[in-house]
Amino acid sequence: MDALLLARIQFAANISFHILFPTITIALGWVLLYFRLQSNRTGDAGWMQAYRFWVKVFALSFGLGVVSGITMSFQFGTNWPGFMEKVGNIAGPLLGYEVLTAFFLEAGFLGIMLFGATRVSTRVHTLATFLVAFGTTLSAFWILVLNSWMHTPVGFEMRDGVAFATDWMAIIFNPSMPYRLVHTLIASGLTVAFLLAGISALRWLWNDKSLGIRKSMRTGVYLGAALIPVQIIVGDMHGLNTLEHQPAKVAAMEANWETGPNVPLVLFALPDEETRQNNFEIAIPDGASWILKHSADGVVPGLNDYVSDDGAILHPPVAPVFFGFRIMVGIGILMLLVSWKVAYTLYKKGEPSRWEAYVLVGTTFSGWVATLAGWYVTEIGRQPWIVTGIVDTASAASTHPVPILGLSLATYLTIYVALLAAYIGTLWHLAKTAANSDEAKELDAGQFKGAVARALS
Amino acid sequence: MNVTELPIHDWLPIVFLGLMGLSALIYVVLDGFDLGVGLLSPLSKSESDKNLMIGSIGPFWDANETWLVLAVGILLVAFPLAHGAILGALYLPTMFMLVGLTLRGVAFEFRAKGPAHQKQLWNRAFFAGSLLATVSQGYMLGKYVIGLQTGLYAVLFASLVAVCLTASYGLVGACWLIAKTENALQKQAVEWARKLLIGTAMGMLALSVATPWVSPRVFDAWFSFPNIIGLAPIPLVSVALVIGLHVILKSLPNADDKYRWAPFAMTVALFILAFSGLAYSFFPYVVPEQYTVWDAAAARESLTIILAGTLVTLPMIVAYSVFAYKVFSGKATPLTY
Repeated sequence: MDALLLARIQFAANISFHILFPTITIALGWVLLYFRLQSNRTGDAGWMQAYRFWVKVFALSFGLGVVSGITMSFQFGTNWPGFMEKVGNIAGPLLGYEVLTAFFLEAGFLGIMLFGATRVSTRVHTLATFLVAFGTTLSAFWILVLNSWMHTPVGFEMRDGVAFATDWMAIIFNPSMPYRLVHTLIASGLTVAFLLAGISALRWLWNDKSLGIRKSMRTGVYLGAALIPVQIIVGDMHGLNTLEHQPAKVAAMEANWETGPNVPLVLFALPDEETRQNNFEIAIPDGASWILKHSADGVVPGLNDYVSDDGAILHPPVAPVFFGFRIMVGIGILMLLVSWKVAYTLYKKGEPSRWEAYVLVGTTFSGWVATLAGWYVTEIGRQPWIVTGIVDTASAASTHPVPILGLSLATYLTIYVALLAAYIGTLWHLAKTAANSDEAKELDAGQFKGAVARALS
Repeated sequence: MNVTELPIHDWLPIVFLGLMGLSALIYVVLDGFDLGVGLLSPLSKSESDKNLMIGSIGPFWDANETWLVLAVGILLVAFPLAHGAILGALYLPTMFMLVGLTLRGVAFEFRAKGPAHQKQLWNRAFFAGSLLATVSQGYMLGKYVIGLQTGLYAVLFASLVAVCLTASYGLVGACWLIAKTENALQKQAVEWARKLLIGTAMGMLALSVATPWVSPRVFDAWFSFPNIIGLAPIPLVSVALVIGLHVILKSLPNADDKYRWAPFAMTVALFILAFSGLAYSFFPYVVPEQYTVWDAAAARESLTIILAGTLVTLPMIVAYSVFAYKVFSGKATPLTY
């Protein structure tokens, strides 16, 4: 294996592991604020029950996000020196603002949010919860500004091969930023919606029918049902934006080789870059033209336009982008079906059926899979560039010797696998402990008495 | 350099060097005490003592580590050449430090929230992670001080610094516990502090003796006249602080818990002096003997825009950090949600 591949795998592993946790904390912070505000407003004990359970999940996720984020902050420099060398004048200030405005804010108030409920007034505790949620979102804003700029760079000039900022507003509000930001924030909302619903359903199946669990499940299912149609529309807009600015990525997503009208929507295929065609293709005629250009004879870009005369490939690897996109969309459709069906049941009957609860448990981490799949589509879809048209990935990678990169990669991978297992195991344990807690049992006992009374009458 | 570049632009790299130094110093003090508590954690006599020790740092560790991100962020953003040179040369120790910080960071959460039978495992991870992070930081500091040299002597020197830094973090951790705990645990913390003071003092002495010999430039900076007179307070006050610490630790803990913060404050003062000494030795180099601040600085436009943000946000960060410490002032309690 060469150093470039190792560097890429290591960074991909690190960023994939990292993104799992901010994806949870960004939206979960706002959900906690909602629980806190509902508790302040109604005084209903269920809201604080929900708060106290989910704040633990938040703390756990936040801790994992912090440690993997620190690792990443080092790897920008250690693994991609060429990146900072060429675009550091733009990436640097954006990362700097993320640390200064967001990291300190969230970390500074996290302690009060987690452990300060009895030490400060309700108002200060609510404010701390707000500031943590705000901080996580602000952090997402800055990092997505930078990431979007890497996809659609504007507002700079090149001098001696180095980018210098000329217009910061253009850099911040670069063409793909608004779409990517909204798409990612909603993805976080959906991830948390299904996490809330899934873990609540698990506790429900363990016979925990406490107020807190009813409220968590309801919040999760309704949030998912409300967000998923919005996400489908935003995703479509994001796709059209990509078509305008990064047509090669869209060509890879659709596995379309030749530019032309009447391009079919490929449902399934095995794209082959050697022969430059799709095998085992199942497609809907004119489908891609309809989706991307809204007419049957709309011209859709093809991958063969991105092969230079000397044979160099200037489009991304097709298969991962093609399949990643289908996995993301497939999970989106699954989310739509599940959340709408269960939302309807909850609305009608107030509680899910047993099989619906099982389905919710099964989709607990669906947001993670969709987020990662989507992330791979957009990031692999930018290749061979690290910053579109300015810096290619190969020239940005570090030149550390292969054995050292191999050692660090193996170390990180081992740790990430272990920590992911520990994280999911701990979620399970937290749910189990909460389901067996007094709060959960009180209500159970009440129902049990009711059942006994009915049986005896 | 042309006329349109005002003199103020040449101050920018120095301002950023100052900011980076300040972040690094705050990091060393703040994460120093919580890493130190991690180093001491296996010495606790009971699980409830351990919970108290970890409880005393629980609300702060996230924010403490953010200062490391800021320091490295400034290095990356303001001095990209130096960032490449330093972290490139220290790739493996950096990785070990990150692994250590990761292990201890997650151990906070897993030991408190995971199944009971895993608690011992996470306690060990908490200690091992703290130790690995501390030793790596010391090793990196040592390598940095001798200009990122390689070879046997460099490794020996860096290892010596690693041992010293471990003692120093342990000391500041023990002093934190003296202030934040009571009864038997407090008494135990005083014992730890006494022993670790010896290690810290010897370490600082070794570092002070070794550093000037590594580089003739550093030697001249310290021992030429009249510098030596102006600089004399740094070693003199350091010696006074070590003696003062020794004396006050003998009198602690006392009945009304007076002076419980004194050892911590004095240790921090010692850290600040050691840091000033190192900073003086290296200025204006950001990579010793390789790059000065001006060689390594990024584009002035970018530095200006970060400086603007820093001047607005840093006072706010300091303000709410102080507020957070105030909320959790007083003796530590086990953490509950």
